[in-house]
Amino acid sequence: MQGSIRQMIKDKKEKQQSRSKIVEKIVPGILLICAIISVLTTLGIVFTLIVETITFFSQVSVIEYFTSKDWYPFFESDPDYGIWPLISGTLLITGIAMLVAVPFGLGAAIYLSEYATDRVRRIIKPILEVLAGIPTIVYGFFALTFVTPVLQNVIPSLPVFNALSPGIVVGIMIIPMIASLSEDAMSSVPNAIREGALGLGATRFEVAVKVVLPAALSGIIASVVLAISRAIGETMIVTVAGGATPKLTLDVTESIQTMTSYIVQVSLGDAGFGTTIYYSIYAVGMTLFLFTLIMNLVAQYISRRFREEY
Amino acid sequence: MKTIMDEKKVVKAPRPEEKKKEVNTVYSIENFNLWYGKDQALKDIKFDIPEKQVTAIIGPSGCGKSTFIKALNRMVEMVPIVRMSGDINYRGKNIFENKYKVEDLRTKVGMVFQKPNPFPKSIYENVVYGPKIHGIKNKKILDEIVEKSLKGAALWEEVKDRLNENAYGLSGGQQQRLCIARCLAIEPDVILMDEPTSALDPISTLKVEELVQELKKEFSIIIVTHNMQQAARISDKTAFFLNGEVVEYSDTNQLFSNPSDKRTEDYITGRFG
Repeated sequence: MQGSIRQMIKDKKEKQQSRSKIVEKIVPGILLICAIISVLTTLGIVFTLIVETITFFSQVSVIEYFTSKDWYPFFESDPDYGIWPLISGTLLITGIAMLVAVPFGLGAAIYLSEYATDRVRRIIKPILEVLAGIPTIVYGFFALTFVTPVLQNVIPSLPVFNALSPGIVVGIMIIPMIASLSEDAMSSVPNAIREGALGLGATRFEVAVKVVLPAALSGIIASVVLAISRAIGETMIVTVAGGATPKLTLDVTESIQTMTSYIVQVSLGDAGFGTTIYYSIYAVGMTLFLFTLIMNLVAQYISRRFREEY
Repeated sequence: MKTIMDEKKVVKAPRPEEKKKEVNTVYSIENFNLWYGKDQALKDIKFDIPEKQVTAIIGPSGCGKSTFIKALNRMVEMVPIVRMSGDINYRGKNIFENKYKVEDLRTKVGMVFQKPNPFPKSIYENVVYGPKIHGIKNKKILDEIVEKSLKGAALWEEVKDRLNENAYGLSGGQQQRLCIARCLAIEPDVILMDEPTSALDPISTLKVEELVQELKKEFSIIIVTHNMQQAARISDKTAFFLNGEVVEYSDTNQLFSNPSDKRTEDYITGRFG
């Protein structure tokens, strides 16, 4: 019996040999092409961004871009191209979003990983993931037609377009991201460590906050930084509900404009091809890209630096 | 058998003076039953565990010895499908009573686990974790606790110069002694040990065994072990568990030299298990 199976395998091997040799040679090549395509696409996008940004800065001085406090590209006689109002709008939205998303997201993560029974977790996690799958345009109209009117009941002077409402809704949008990634990080902390703490008379809350949270810190920080970068890049919600008034302000009740919503505004046809305004969206896009790139690098650095090995 | 007997004599030598002491009871277990879902893991357990002695729990795999020791600090409740009946009295109070706070119990009854499970923190932070959650914040007192606990766990000399290094850089045996030090830091009354040497090499095992002999001067120790020689070497009392029941419970001396139950004899002479 043993001999015959050995023989069968040998026969099969011989038959397949020529074919498998070709497969072994071709497959890595195809897979390499797949990898190269994504790298090339990224390089192509970055290249376009850089070229068009250079064109923009041949028409507008870099100094004005970084020092002027005004962003009025549509003034025909004397347009101003100072990026700060758009950055402040973006950071304002991001700040509000994080104030909403971090406490709720972390709270949800701690609940799911430390308190929830398996049954509850199996129900809540998919719901959270559905929340992550809602198109952002829906969130945008949720902000404009539901959250803003509710807020106007509290703050009567609040204009229809403001930073507060889309900020809160961007926060709601990224709760599942923080909750889900942080929960993954916390669930992967071994149970033996929890038992060690419980065995010393720690309450479940003390175990969660003083053992599990620090052990999962790198994963949690990475999730928060990724969420920040997501909030910075968020477009539809702020375009729909945030307004189109670039303003260097920290007042959350004012109408603002973010980098992304400026790009949308121009792309929708307010400026012709080849004009300075047209090129400005690339400069803004480049700025945005640098922000998210830095955030992602920070996330990577942090998750390496603060890892508590277990 | 002969080797067990020989080793026992060495350990038992200082016994007579102990016998003069009056022996208090730390745990008194009364008709305790435990089920995992429909499977009964512990059946009608009934015996008393003495203070400041080493009580060994032996028996083959799956006999319920780990379940039993985890019931003593209610760690077994971590398993959601567990059901229990009967009483476990710790210092005269039933630990399953509603008003009994499980955190209070575990503060007095420390536990050392099968695999070393230090926190992913520095050696220092591992030891002070217990005192800190129980409200001790004074840096000077904490420093003293660290030195005392690590000395108590016979680890101080090896780690005193690297207290701020991560505990995961220690060897398995050192990690286990760190876990013992972590336990000692809150000065418990009882220390439960669930096969504390099963993941250690022989030299580390020896160190932990010597440590147990030291610790019983101050603490009551209940140790689950797979290793009968170990039970014979280090314990004063031994309970033999089989299929969730206590077959025999007596002085270690008695149990190993003159077991009263045929099944105990079969087990300790290596006929099964």
